[in-house]
Amino acid sequence: MIEIRFHGRGGQGAVVASELLARAAVMNRLHAAAFPFFGVERRGAPVTAFCRIDLKPIRTHSEIYFPDYVVVLDPDLVSMTNVLQGLKPDGALLINSAKESCDLQHVKWNKVATVDATSIAIKYGLGSENSPIVNTAIIGAFSKICPQVPLESVIESILKASPGDKKANAEAAKEAFETVKGVW
Amino acid sequence: MLDLMTGNAAAAKAAMLARVEVIAAYPITPQTSISEKLAEMVANGEMNAKYIKVESEHSAMAALIGASYIGARTFTATSSQGLALMHEMLFWASGARRPIVMPVVSRALGPPWNIWTDHMDVMGERDTGWMQLFCENNQETLDLILMAYRVAEDKDIMLPAMIIEDGFILSHTFEKVDVPAIEEIDFYLHPFNPDVKVNFRKPRRYGSLVMPDWAMEFRYNNALAMEKAKKKWVEAGIAFKKAFGRDYSSLVELYRCEDADVALIVAGSAAGTAKVSADRMRERGRKVGVAKLRAFRPFPTEEVMRLGEGVRTIGVFDRSYTFAQGGAIYGEVRNALYPMASDVRVKGYIGGLGGRDITEAEFEKMFEDLLAIAKSGSMSKDVEWVALKDGSYRW
Repeated sequence: MIEIRFHGRGGQGAVVASELLARAAVMNRLHAAAFPFFGVERRGAPVTAFCRIDLKPIRTHSEIYFPDYVVVLDPDLVSMTNVLQGLKPDGALLINSAKESCDLQHVKWNKVATVDATSIAIKYGLGSENSPIVNTAIIGAFSKICPQVPLESVIESILKASPGDKKANAEAAKEAFETVKGVW
Repeated sequence: MLDLMTGNAAAAKAAMLARVEVIAAYPITPQTSISEKLAEMVANGEMNAKYIKVESEHSAMAALIGASYIGARTFTATSSQGLALMHEMLFWASGARRPIVMPVVSRALGPPWNIWTDHMDVMGERDTGWMQLFCENNQETLDLILMAYRVAEDKDIMLPAMIIEDGFILSHTFEKVDVPAIEEIDFYLHPFNPDVKVNFRKPRRYGSLVMPDWAMEFRYNNALAMEKAKKKWVEAGIAFKKAFGRDYSSLVELYRCEDADVALIVAGSAAGTAKVSADRMRERGRKVGVAKLRAFRPFPTEEVMRLGEGVRTIGVFDRSYTFAQGGAIYGEVRNALYPMASDVRVKGYIGGLGGRDITEAEFEKMFEDLLAIAKSGSMSKDVEWVALKDGSYRW
């Protein structure tokens, strides 16, 4: 089983990212479950969302404490919250950042990939320039570091269930996949 | 068709597939997305139903009782304080034999104010004469709502049903759900056609005063219907399996209990977590099983007794507390097993209140505790609160 935790801010689409990723896994004939941190959500406030992917049906309904992957939608969260909490020693981190991983001061971790999802989202007109919606770009990049969820499934999932302009979202995912940096 | 959906989306989808005719609902966290989705489906024509906007849950239930008298298939959903506010009308619905189906997205009652899951809300309504069934996952939420109409509207039953899905853990979690085509459902679930419907050309009285010389017989008939519902749920489960392949043909689903030394009875979403935990115990050679309680009302006394014949040490995990001896399920299980009390030990565990997470590790501790009881043959305490901040408490 693969367990993934998303860190974002209310309005960035972290919950939808986890849903679209789970949908992509299901389209790839895997089993998946996605859920937000159970509570109240406010625009701009830090939020977390979770996703489980497995070959077998997922029966556990407990929370995720030791993820295999952590995905950060807002780079400012890295200095505010311990995004590495519980991440498995061989786990991987994906951050939305224009910088390369070696320039990220707060992150001391082996496997770090970065992608400039903010610029990509703005380029494809997702959300507004002040608050771009980066979720589809980030899961496109994620498919590069997680072999179980290929880009084709992610695109298929976005075209079926993404809010907003589905085609633009799919293009953003593709570009993020192609430009993600620091893949080990 | 395979889809990915939340428990609340599955509940709304089930109402659509059942061709529900009248909906009256009032929003409350974590149920709100059911009433929103239904309003959307009625507005865009996906559902041919009347959506009555009401000022409270009490009114929602009252409206449905009236609509059901006319002969309409009726649906609502609620949680927690909303369910508590409905309390008076719940008795009315069951006493008037109205087969209303209602998902309850279980949530703690305040104070302390809390929007997360536990079973205190549904257990507070256990004596209202409603059938109560628990769902382990979103597939079960969809399937049990469809089955519930078939059982509730059976002429021998005519009782309302609550289908209980755990708040957030199911209601807001996306899971894989196999959605049958509506035409397939039409074969499984026929239109509601009660013998007696309100007919303005043939006036009758409904809900009249019944004197002491007959009132008790009315209540006895309710009790008989609830008893008969056990068989009807099994039959509905067998027919469902034939039509759709998924098996709900028992009121208690046994998981690895055949040769088990101990078994843990669990209802709702935690049953899945308990099964994973049982698998891990089995890998270590510990013979443990899980008995998933699907139906709480009607209570499957016979199936619990059959479990007790094979497994002599039984634990009961409750997401509720009765302020008497342990949780609501624990009380019923001990009651059912009383005739064989000298041979069977029953231990109660209270956990997961107010949304407290229940992990696989926590279930493993309960299994180890039960195995120690089975080995020593004695139990120092009957009931334990698990995973409290400063350790477990027993008395």
